[in-house]
This record gives sequence, C-alpha cells and structure tokens, in this order.
Amino acid sequence: MNRFLIPFGLFVVVVGFLAVGLTLNPRELPSPLVGKAAPEFSLPQLHDQEKMISSNDLKGQVWLLNFWASWCGGCKDEHPVLIHLAQSGEVPIYGMDYKDQRNEALAWLKEWGNPYSVVAVDEPGRVGINYGVYGVPETYVIDKAGVIRYKQIGPLREDILEKKILPLVRELQNQ
Amino acid sequence: MRWLWVLMLLLPSLATAYEAQPLAANPQAEARLKALAVELRCLVCQNQTLADSNAPLAEDLRREVREMIAKDMSDKEIIDFLVTRYGDFVLYRPPWKATTTLLWVGPFLLLGIGATGLVFALRRRQKKLTDVTLSEAEHSRVEKLLSKGANHP
Repeated sequence: MNRFLIPFGLFVVVVGFLAVGLTLNPRELPSPLVGKAAPEFSLPQLHDQEKMISSNDLKGQVWLLNFWASWCGGCKDEHPVLIHLAQSGEVPIYGMDYKDQRNEALAWLKEWGNPYSVVAVDEPGRVGINYGVYGVPETYVIDKAGVIRYKQIGPLREDILEKKILPLVRELQNQ
Repeated sequence: MRWLWVLMLLLPSLATAYEAQPLAANPQAEARLKALAVELRCLVCQNQTLADSNAPLAEDLRREVREMIAKDMSDKEIIDFLVTRYGDFVLYRPPWKATTTLLWVGPFLLLGIGATGLVFALRRRQKKLTDVTLSEAEHSRVEKLLSKGANHP
C-alpha cells in the first residue's frame, strides 16, 4: 500500500500543476512598464495629419490609450465595448493606430464608429515598441501624472471594464 | 534610335536605386545583430528567436536593434532597452533573480531529490540482502550442494 502512496502523491502534484498551467494564458506577459511613466510621444493625428497629438497634452487627466489597427481582428471584437465606454463619458479614450494604412483606418472608423477623442498614427510602430506592445489590441490606463497604472493585453470585455478598469479609473480620478 | 537603347540599358540601374541596402554593407554590424537576435525572443511567436521570426514585430525589433548598433550602443544597453519594454521574457537566458530562482535551481533540485531517493532505495535493498543469516546446518548444506554441482558441470 505504502509503495503506491508516493508515486500517487507525485501524480496528484503533477496533475495539479498541469491543471493550473492549462488555465494560464502564456500570451499575457506582465508588463515591466506598469507603475512607470508612460513613454512620451508626439505623432500626427489620423483625422488631420497637419495636427500633432502629444502625450504631454494629456497630463492632468486620467486617460486610456488603446493600440488598434484596421487589420486587427481582436480590435473589432472589443470595438462595441469601447463605443459603449465612450458613450458613458467616464474616461477619454485615445487611439493609437498601430502599423496601419491611413485610408483603411479612416474607413474602418467610419464603418464601425469612432470611440476615440483623438487618434494618433504610429505607422512605423516605434511608439508601440516603447510601450512594449506585442499584440494589438492593447489598452493602457494612464493617471494624471502620466504613469501607467494598468495594461490590458488583448481585447477588452465588458466584465474586465466593470471589474478592473472602471474602478481603477474612478479611484485615479479622485486622487 | 540609339538613345532609346541607351535609355533601356539605363533603366535597370534606376530600379536598383530603390532596393534595400544589402546586409553585407556592414558585415560587422550584421554579425552583431545576428548574435543578439538569437538571444532575444520574438514576443509574437513565443518559441522563436528574433532571428528566426518573420512576424512584423520581429522585423521592427530587428530594425531597432540595427539602429542601436549603428548608434554604437553596447550589447548591454541594447538588451536593457528591450528588457525595460518587454520584461525578462524577451531574453532566452533569463537573469538570476528572486523570481527566477526556481527556474534555475529547479532542475538541480529535482535531480538531487531523485539521487537521494535512489541512494535510499539501494541501501534498503542491500540491507534486505545482508539480513539473511544462515544457521550452521544450512551453511554446510549449501557447501555440500555447491561442491556437488562443481563435480557435475
């Protein structure tokens, strides 16, 4: 009886580890940028190429930075959530059109609606690299002092918004 | 008519003007890029290095690394640039830290546990073998049987 107890115990431990491992998402990597100052950028705007949008202009408010592209499938999934959030007016969403083509991005927003206060254009993807973007859509919560407080990798969902992002945004707005 | 021929001969040379700079333009920089790129992970296709991957992000990151090499930054500076943005995961050889101790020590720990288990198991078996003691009568019987066997091979 005792002979089988040890292998059985080991088996249970291995199964336990594997079971936990299956529920983890290996694509979600902890960002080293959370808690650090958001990298600065100054980029042309999507709707008016003559105008620039700079991260410095956004200081003093809590804002969301959403990396998206017209070629990105997950962006379409999260789009209704963003539209809904924009309609609530709780927090401004700034878009970052990542490695995209201008006319396609404009057509995409025309078709599906525009939840963004302003959209910046990051055609070569350099701002994306500074923010550690590796899979669009990605969304950052940035506080009044310009510090990244949260990073969402992959599409936003209503439940993530309700449970994590909105409570955090309200807390940061009251600071 | 002759000028048309000249123009046609010149056309290909115009086309090459738009081609990307060949990799061999600066072989030293390319060698450095290659050496760095096999140490760095592509974050899109997580089990490929930056050197192997064709993902657009990997291309962008190779471009960044190439530019940093051109700016004469050291390997450490280049790696730090990527780690501050993407975390230790970008490294194929994670650094020795509190959070990575189990990763580095784990295999040796398992080996140690296995080896001690083996030593204990062997000792126990040896004990079982030596524990058998023969009485005087049994001993002489063994001797007799063995000598008999020796006579009849």
